[in-house]
Amino acid sequence: MAVRMKPVDVALVGGGLTAAILGRELAEAGYTVVSLERGQMRDTVPDFQSPTMHDELKYDVRYALMQDPSVQTLTFRNFVGQQALPMRQLGSFLPGEGVGGGAVHWNGQYWRFQPEWFRLRSWVNEKYGQNHLGPEVTIQDWGVNYDELEPFYTFADKVLGIGGATGNLKGQIQVGGNPFEGPRSEPYPNPPMKKSHSGHLFGQAAASLGYKPFPVPSANVTRPYRNPYGAELKPCMYCGFCERFGCEHFAKASPQVCILPSAMANKNFELRTRAYVTRIEYNRQAKVATGVTYVDAQGREVFQPANMVVLCAFAHHNPILMLQSGIGEPYNPETRTGTVGRNYTYQTMTGINVFYEGEKRINPFMGAGALGTAIDEFNNGSFDHSGLGFIGGGYVAAYQTSGRPIYHHPVPEGTPRWGLEWKRAVARHYNSTVSISFHGSSVPHPNNYIGLDRTYTDAFGQPLGMLTFDFPHNDRLMARHITGKVVEIAKAMGGKQISVGWLDDHYSIVPYQTTHNSGGTIMGTDPKTSVVNRYLQSWDAHNLWVMGASVFPQNAGYNPTATVAALTYWAADAMIKQYLNNPRPLVQA
Amino acid sequence: MNDAISRRNLLKVVGAAGAAAAVPGATVAAPQHIAQAPAPAPAQGAAPPVSAPPQTDALFFFNDQEARFVEAAVERLIPADPEWPGAAWAGVLYFIDHQLAGAYGSGAKMYLKGPWVPDAPPQQGYQLRHTPAELYRIGIEETRQHCRQAYNGREFWDLGETVMDEVLKGLESAQIQLPSLPAPVFFETLLANTVEGFLADPAYGGNRDMVSWRMIGFPGAYAQYVDLVELYDLPYTRPPISFANSAARHAHIAGHNHDHNQ
Repeated sequence: MAVRMKPVDVALVGGGLTAAILGRELAEAGYTVVSLERGQMRDTVPDFQSPTMHDELKYDVRYALMQDPSVQTLTFRNFVGQQALPMRQLGSFLPGEGVGGGAVHWNGQYWRFQPEWFRLRSWVNEKYGQNHLGPEVTIQDWGVNYDELEPFYTFADKVLGIGGATGNLKGQIQVGGNPFEGPRSEPYPNPPMKKSHSGHLFGQAAASLGYKPFPVPSANVTRPYRNPYGAELKPCMYCGFCERFGCEHFAKASPQVCILPSAMANKNFELRTRAYVTRIEYNRQAKVATGVTYVDAQGREVFQPANMVVLCAFAHHNPILMLQSGIGEPYNPETRTGTVGRNYTYQTMTGINVFYEGEKRINPFMGAGALGTAIDEFNNGSFDHSGLGFIGGGYVAAYQTSGRPIYHHPVPEGTPRWGLEWKRAVARHYNSTVSISFHGSSVPHPNNYIGLDRTYTDAFGQPLGMLTFDFPHNDRLMARHITGKVVEIAKAMGGKQISVGWLDDHYSIVPYQTTHNSGGTIMGTDPKTSVVNRYLQSWDAHNLWVMGASVFPQNAGYNPTATVAALTYWAADAMIKQYLNNPRPLVQA
Repeated sequence: MNDAISRRNLLKVVGAAGAAAAVPGATVAAPQHIAQAPAPAPAQGAAPPVSAPPQTDALFFFNDQEARFVEAAVERLIPADPEWPGAAWAGVLYFIDHQLAGAYGSGAKMYLKGPWVPDAPPQQGYQLRHTPAELYRIGIEETRQHCRQAYNGREFWDLGETVMDEVLKGLESAQIQLPSLPAPVFFETLLANTVEGFLADPAYGGNRDMVSWRMIGFPGAYAQYVDLVELYDLPYTRPPISFANSAARHAHIAGHNHDHNQ
């Protein structure tokens, strides 16, 4: 029989960025909150300290900060009808585990979505007509627009200490920033990062072709900074150990550095670690959640009663928890009905290497997660899609994130994969190569979704989630079109040769691509095609809310974290001002 | 059925022989650069002392024969050249051995529940029932069997560089078929671990004397480039530092304070 805990007002499933934000804001508003984190406690001191943090094998290759697939993983297949098989080790994406979640091991590349993205279906119909896209591109409007989110984007910028060059201040285009961004009500709280050699070479070539390069907006803090919660952040040291690592310098924004100190100081907030939530308890008659059940560090099943439950787990974990708990109608790809698991999307990435063959020293190890120079002429709202047959786009950037050699040892196409020639190529190109990446959007497709597997189970005996995904035709066209443009820039960079990584194969679960998984519990205006309403409140249980990128109806050509943070503050505002004092559905179905 | 039984027997037989053993003398000469003068001193401040962390020349997983196979194979994957040593001198055998003796080898963070579908498409990733340690045991044994059958009873490590390369290419391309494993899965694991061992921090037993870091110019674990990142084309010549070098830690912290006080 399950251990029963003292009831709380709000149970948060997870201990990452969205749980930290809600924990802080709801505790401050006077509600008792418990954040249930499956992993362990960890903090800048002592867990992220140099030099032991600078261990590429442990953190980069063996994934010390990531989810343990032996406890829980997914099964995966490319298409409906194929047998799904378990992801036996991590690869394509890396969900975090432990306090802070993915916001500990992220790079800190911090982009807002363009305004039109939030009403993409309406925008496409208005601009290109109803017939621009086939029926298999199931994009839809979010139910919230950029202007409504803007104040929350701005507050999150301040909490995380974002640095950047403002491109659009209240509609006025600013020199040096991104001219294609939505209007900002205030400039960035901090100045942009320095410019790396990679960024310098890319920016020069891009400008010579008429593009407008600018520094990537960054959550690697650029000067001593005190955030609205009183947290002190320190400047980035450009050590080159960001992605997959914790930051020893208090310089990369994370829940530990920016938010949890304030939350933990409030007696209404409790962070409970080693609490692996296995289901949401749901009263089907009353259509309300009654709390959550988790397995604690002793292996005991524990019931945490709560007046309100918020899913703050990683993107694909939120829909899986709903499916395992029997809440909402599971999406069915045969009938294309149901909502939970629908519109799973990812990110469409290509890359180009420019080889200078010893003519330049790039010093790639002088890096930082968000150290990059970008152009945004190819994002969705920046160019005309007429006659192209697709929708979407993305930014192009030369990042100089790291020179960690197990992963960073680029060699030109045609180099043997091993042997003397390979070794000489590694020595020759390591310090003389610039990598450019195209960071493209991802549209939903009726065959791409998250369900439950019928064969494989996790360590608790529950069915594993099942991911069905391949790159949609729309995104292949988009990636080909834009990668072609990037090749022109790469050729103008003065290297000896380039290698292009086209998107020309099926999606594979094996090589790392990005941890920008999204969709599955999407937001929208219609309960037939969305799981949560515009406030991120479930259509099926008014006291169940869902945070994170799983609510994106389609994924933009930008990193997701800024929009995740803005949506969380937007939802927190609705909870405090509209919901908690009078619990009910905030939108009538 | 037969296949499964023979595989289980094989595991039992080979597993019984997995005690620690001395390595048979590896005949890899230390290349020239080891005897050469150390890398130039850094532009600013005193160089932190550079010394290789102590090597653990003991095997915890491989038996003598397996060790000879791995030592010979990794040296073909990353061979010595007149300038820089190869994987054998760098200690990649010990790196792989220690990895296989620990959590990685036992598949500690792998999902290892059946049912098993070993002939899955590559997009679905690794689907064999073997932990990495088991994969090596079987892969080495069956590759050695192949060599003895194809080359008049000779062992892999006695075949000479050209033929050893042919065998490795045969595993890589599946032109060589192993009885109980897809040969490319074994090859790719060996290649990935070899690259890891050659390029990882020497604390893990490979990359002895930080030889690969010197080769490419990676400065290692001690890293702070805020004042240098905009000096394009800077020849950065500070010798690399392993995180296991505690003397460097003190020098690093001392230098840190000094900079901030100025």
